[in-house]
Amino acid sequence: MNFKNFKFDLSNKNKNLIPQVLTVLFILLLVIYFTINAQNNMGNRGISFGFGFLSQESSFDITFSLIDYDGSHSYARAFLVGLLNTILVSVIGIFFATILGVTVGISRLSQNYLIAKTAEWYVEIFRNIPLILQIFFWYFAALRALPLTIDSINFYDISFLNVKGWYVPKFLWTNFSLFLYSIIFAIIIVIFFLRYAKKQRDEFGKQFPTFYISLAILFILPTLTFLIGGVSLTFEIPELTQLSKTVYVYKGGVSIIPELIALALALSMYTATFIAENVRAGILGVSKGQKEAAASIGLTKGQILKLVVMPQALRIIIPPTTNQYLNLTKNSSLAAAIAYPDIVLVFAGTALMQTGRAIEIISITMLTYLSLSLSISVFMNWYNKKMAIREK
Amino acid sequence: MIKSIKTWILIGFASILLVACGQGGGSGSKKSKTLENTKKAGFVKCGVSQGLPGFSNADASGNWTGIDVDVCRAVAAAVLGDADKVKYTPLSAKERFTALTSGEIDVLARNTTWTLSRDADIGLTFVGVNFYDGQGFMVRKNSGINSVNDFKNGISACTNTGTTTELNMRDFFNSKNIKYEPIAFEKADEVVQAYDAGRCDTYTTDKSGLAAQRTKMSNPDEHKVLPETISKEPLGPVVRQGDAVWEDIVRWSLNTMIEAEEYGVNSSNASSLKDSENPAIKRLVGAEGELGAAFGLDNEWSLRIIEQVGNYGESYKKHIADTGILPNRGPNQLWTKGGILYVPPAR
Repeated sequence: MNFKNFKFDLSNKNKNLIPQVLTVLFILLLVIYFTINAQNNMGNRGISFGFGFLSQESSFDITFSLIDYDGSHSYARAFLVGLLNTILVSVIGIFFATILGVTVGISRLSQNYLIAKTAEWYVEIFRNIPLILQIFFWYFAALRALPLTIDSINFYDISFLNVKGWYVPKFLWTNFSLFLYSIIFAIIIVIFFLRYAKKQRDEFGKQFPTFYISLAILFILPTLTFLIGGVSLTFEIPELTQLSKTVYVYKGGVSIIPELIALALALSMYTATFIAENVRAGILGVSKGQKEAAASIGLTKGQILKLVVMPQALRIIIPPTTNQYLNLTKNSSLAAAIAYPDIVLVFAGTALMQTGRAIEIISITMLTYLSLSLSISVFMNWYNKKMAIREK
Repeated sequence: MIKSIKTWILIGFASILLVACGQGGGSGSKKSKTLENTKKAGFVKCGVSQGLPGFSNADASGNWTGIDVDVCRAVAAAVLGDADKVKYTPLSAKERFTALTSGEIDVLARNTTWTLSRDADIGLTFVGVNFYDGQGFMVRKNSGINSVNDFKNGISACTNTGTTTELNMRDFFNSKNIKYEPIAFEKADEVVQAYDAGRCDTYTTDKSGLAAQRTKMSNPDEHKVLPETISKEPLGPVVRQGDAVWEDIVRWSLNTMIEAEEYGVNSSNASSLKDSENPAIKRLVGAEGELGAAFGLDNEWSLRIIEQVGNYGESYKKHIADTGILPNRGPNQLWTKGGILYVPPAR
């Protein structure tokens, strides 16, 4: 009896297990073999392996950096500059792609023929042209279209747009931290208020104008810091400076380089088409009966969309949209083509060239993208779970 | 997309090749694995640029020409007997060294600057210099900038990423205490486009490169190259470390071209000079000595180089001077004529 049982186990459980273990073992051996072989070959050719170069002086400059950086900093710092630039363009891209995507997705379902058709054309055109061409288009078309510095497009004498970038005033704060704390404090109060309002509604059926009250709290608290907290704000306006007979540049203020604008524009326009299709699929995926049932209990159109359709549509929209966010982040590596200093251009480009450490640098870059993507996945999975059906 | 993917695939492949292709030629022995493989394959694997007029540039039908290309052709003539037996691989600045160390190519002739760290640190060996260059600046003629001393804080400079140019630019502006905006593109074509569109006030790279790229501007006459040279850029062919015989073959293929010019031997008179009075010339055309045996080649290797590719002067005239890139030879003149081209004697 016992023996028979044991045999039964072997034939079912272990039979499945053995090939799996063997496969893992094989892959492991392969990896070890390649690693050792690579080390041997590099040794033979006099190429050293190591990450010591990260602390050496990079001795190259970068156009655009969110942190303090110049060539006297280390390669590790250059890596960080590139990483932050990648994150910056990804965040901007994801933000605009989402807004544009949702708008276009809803527009495609509009009853208005013109709106629906415009949205359809937008989607069909922008998702069917390779991204790199769109990046080149926005960059070089914009460069050719924008005026030279001396003839900048002037926005009320405080902001200027020209071929070298978009110059905006810089905020100069005094007691900025107080202002920041007041915003955080206001947000915490709003969260507590919303919870309280929900409880009141669920238990006693009381309705609060939550939106206006939250807005008021968010507005009043930070304003108070200006009036009584000694917070003040001045602007540094960019100023036109002549460098030589025909060379001008704006100094002061903040300059947003055209590479960033073109890249963010191309990435969000391209990705928005896919998000729009996800949104359309999500809304169409909610059965008609749901809407009719909601209408029959007297909900308004807005309430139907907000309370009945969207919560269900989101379950369909979120997983494929996560993919699009990941794609956008990885596509940002095309930045190198138009000189936006992202991690690929700065680290896997210039730093790789200056040091010649291809294997180390490519590994670090791959790991970085992997971690970025996994972070987005983790966040989106959490959000997806939050939105999932909760059986009661 | 294309560019980026290609780079990654190449680097990926390179890493695999590095892993897979075993030991690359024992040092010290007369046997050269690279030479054997080249003979077996029937062509020389040569890495060139993605298109730099005068140095390595493909025409509409895919024929490569330029003084860098002539180095590859010289090696092919010496080793395989036919200068056309070369397989060219166009490489970006970023890809070039990985392609070489991984065995994707065997000679890199891609206007590459010889520096200490490149020579010593990453498994490469520079075999010589086939063009003495220096970094310069291009500006618009109407800009009112006539010298590098006219640069002021806030100037923006376009250049290529992955080159020594980026480092020299920083050294230069730092020494002048000028704050500048560096804009670095991966490909030269995009640098030209951006500079032409007015994105930057000046374009900086090797002066020969500036002269060549100026021809690509929408209106070449609007631009000029400033007189100053801010760096030393000795450009030359590179081989992998660890195959001393192959290294010698490439080095002496280049030296032969320069030495041939020095002794007045060129593609049309080479074979008739076999019974020359001058033993140096006789050695060059393979009528005296057993020089080829030292690399495992026959005795006419150098004659084939001169006959099929020409001497350095012919190559320079054809690709650099006659194309209008740099009519004046400057430092790239023989030492006997006031330049700095000086090669060890072939004997």
